[in-house]
Amino acid sequence: MLREFTKGFISRNPTFVLMVGICPTLATTSAVQNALAMGGAATAVLVCSNMMISLIRNFIPRGVRLGCYIVVIAAFVTIVELWMKALLSPEINEALGIFIPLIVVNCIIIYRAEDFASKYGVLPSALDGLGMGAGFTCSLTLIALIRESLGAGSLLGLKLSTAFAPAAVLGLAPGAFLTLGLLLGFFKMLGMRKKAAEVR
Amino acid sequence: MGLSLSQFFTIVVGFTLVNNFILSRFLGLCPFINSSDRTDKAFGMGTAVVFVMALASFVTHLLYTQVLRADAPLVASLLPEAIRPYGLDPILRTASYILVIACLVQLVETFMRKSIPALYRSLGIFLPLITTNCAVLGVTLINTSDAPEQISLLAATLQGLFGGVGFTFAMLLMSGIRERIALVNVPTPLRGAPIAFICTGLMALAFLGFAGMA
Repeated sequence: MLREFTKGFISRNPTFVLMVGICPTLATTSAVQNALAMGGAATAVLVCSNMMISLIRNFIPRGVRLGCYIVVIAAFVTIVELWMKALLSPEINEALGIFIPLIVVNCIIIYRAEDFASKYGVLPSALDGLGMGAGFTCSLTLIALIRESLGAGSLLGLKLSTAFAPAAVLGLAPGAFLTLGLLLGFFKMLGMRKKAAEVR
Repeated sequence: MGLSLSQFFTIVVGFTLVNNFILSRFLGLCPFINSSDRTDKAFGMGTAVVFVMALASFVTHLLYTQVLRADAPLVASLLPEAIRPYGLDPILRTASYILVIACLVQLVETFMRKSIPALYRSLGIFLPLITTNCAVLGVTLINTSDAPEQISLLAATLQGLFGGVGFTFAMLLMSGIRERIALVNVPTPLRGAPIAFICTGLMALAFLGFAGMA
């Protein structure tokens, strides 16, 4: 049971291993607080939709299941969107913009619904959603840490050091692609090292 | 309703180059990375996206102005007092748009299979994937955001059309690069997606130059 929770962090990390949900990963990681807000929103939707789909999995006809999943997910996304508008500061909502409603088409959520929640009970599905969501949040935070500290010279809005001039390009679109590309390569290299060590 | 020539060019340049959906708005990256390894595949995917984006922009703009918005003529009088000032927009926007897109994709697929089988054979496999392409849902949300002011139906459709053209443009550029990369000796951990992202980063750096045209 615990494995359903922990697999989202490393062995099946949604960003670096499965490579799903890339658009919000790049768009919301120019600052750590945006990354945390995005990760939290996606996790909340993922846990709720996984539980709901697991509950109704025996009533959905196979032919229309994807349509049903999308309606369930859209409902939870709307709830989370209205909630975030009420609770979080206008700057965070401004920065996340259309990427909150776009959680509907985030591949992680529909992928977990199809691959896990439609086959297992409520509790494992909730744990799976929580783990995947936490793994997604960790990846987002890691990218945001790199981009914010090197691109803006600050962390969570606090100035780090005045000794170096931040490379502003890391906060813009090209920096996002470069950071993700290099991190993907780095994690792939670690995976290859591990596999080589096991063979030996 | 009319659209002046300068507004037209602002949309063309803005949506294909300056605010390219892939390279500066980060929308539609999953199909971009997954179908950009061969030029014919990239072109097929791009054409299907252009078609669906223009159509979806048209339909959701009508839906927004006629049904969802607080002052929408069709439903305003039917709503209960409590939610009349807000309209149906805050609660139904996301759900109705994604359903419209899913239905449109299905419609286009059925229509193509029956009437243009040749085109269906080349584009058919890409169509089901477009429902979850965030560029499509993204452009409909951008078109109907009311900021700074509500754009006309014609402008919305053009934004969808040229957003799709910009998407196809980036896909084609990328597929050309990736066909060359397939022939060179890339360090093993960077093969596949990582090097594709690094190249996209360099392309995005070049596209930053278009920001001056805005």
